[in-house]
Amino acid sequence: MATAAIDTQDSHSGAEHPPTSTGLNNTKVAIWAFIGSECFLFASLISTYLIYRGRSLVGPFPHEAWTDPATGQKFHAILNIPVTSVSTFVLLMSSLAMVLAHSAVVRGDRKSSKIWLASTAILGATFLGFQAYEFTSFVHEGLTIHTNLFGSSFFILTGFHGAHVTAGVIWLLTLLFIDVKRGLNPMKRSTSMYARCTGTSSTSSGSRSSRSSTSSSNRGH
Amino acid sequence: MAADHSHPPTHDSHGDASAHEHAHPDWGTYKWVALILVLITGLEVWIYYIPSFTATKLFVPTLLILSAIKFTIVVMFYMHLKYDAKLFRALFVGPLMLASFTIVGLLFLFGHLKIHF
Repeated sequence: MATAAIDTQDSHSGAEHPPTSTGLNNTKVAIWAFIGSECFLFASLISTYLIYRGRSLVGPFPHEAWTDPATGQKFHAILNIPVTSVSTFVLLMSSLAMVLAHSAVVRGDRKSSKIWLASTAILGATFLGFQAYEFTSFVHEGLTIHTNLFGSSFFILTGFHGAHVTAGVIWLLTLLFIDVKRGLNPMKRSTSMYARCTGTSSTSSGSRSSRSSTSSSNRGH
Repeated sequence: MAADHSHPPTHDSHGDASAHEHAHPDWGTYKWVALILVLITGLEVWIYYIPSFTATKLFVPTLLILSAIKFTIVVMFYMHLKYDAKLFRALFVGPLMLASFTIVGLLFLFGHLKIHF
């Protein structure tokens, strides 16, 4: 007989989740496992960039000017530190906007959640704009993905990062759309999902005690 | 009464896992964290424009350390890892450490890092 109450609520966010073997929200576990796996993806890309660093046989180079001995064409140092600094700062501020959006959603403050979700998406899109500008200017200055080892490893590394930011912006826009249409309420959403999974829609949306009793009764099935 | 084994051992394990979760910080904390991140970013850019410093061996390690500090602050406060369950920390920090060791190992393997005996 199962009588022990199961905590199906995140203690910090207030979001409910179905009972799990760890007591933690499986969605969050999956997301953190995904982020952990991303460490390996970017470790492989960063190590490739570092291994090839300084081993390009022809220019343009990131920090030094270069003259093509065959044509006499001069190439400037490629990297534009001020632009890169501003764009990474924009991305850094998007993480602030994101955490404020999360905080607003948890509080149930729909006006703030919409503002901060939109801000995060705009900041992410701004970063992508900077990256598009940077890539375009590099190509115009003679550096493509085929030019040398620096070009190949640089465009692959930063391109993958840009692809991740793009996915994030799209995800944010879908969240913003949902927030505008019906609101992002993690408790209601999770509860309704839980109800659909367990067929307890009439009893699982109440207080902690009712959730516990529902969980207990379900476990007996 | 027969014991019910039709459910996962939730009530035992969840206590350990969620016992380390804490309430998230407030707006004030987020603002202070943002200010610290701005200052570190400013310091990074400022360092880059000091020729006497960029010529030294300290330049790259300093930037790497500053970047690591920013990364840690964002993960701890903005991604809430400081306040979440230990399992989340393990899921992130474990692969991160392994990935970092892989990068260092590859740099040794390809001769970018050397140990002088």
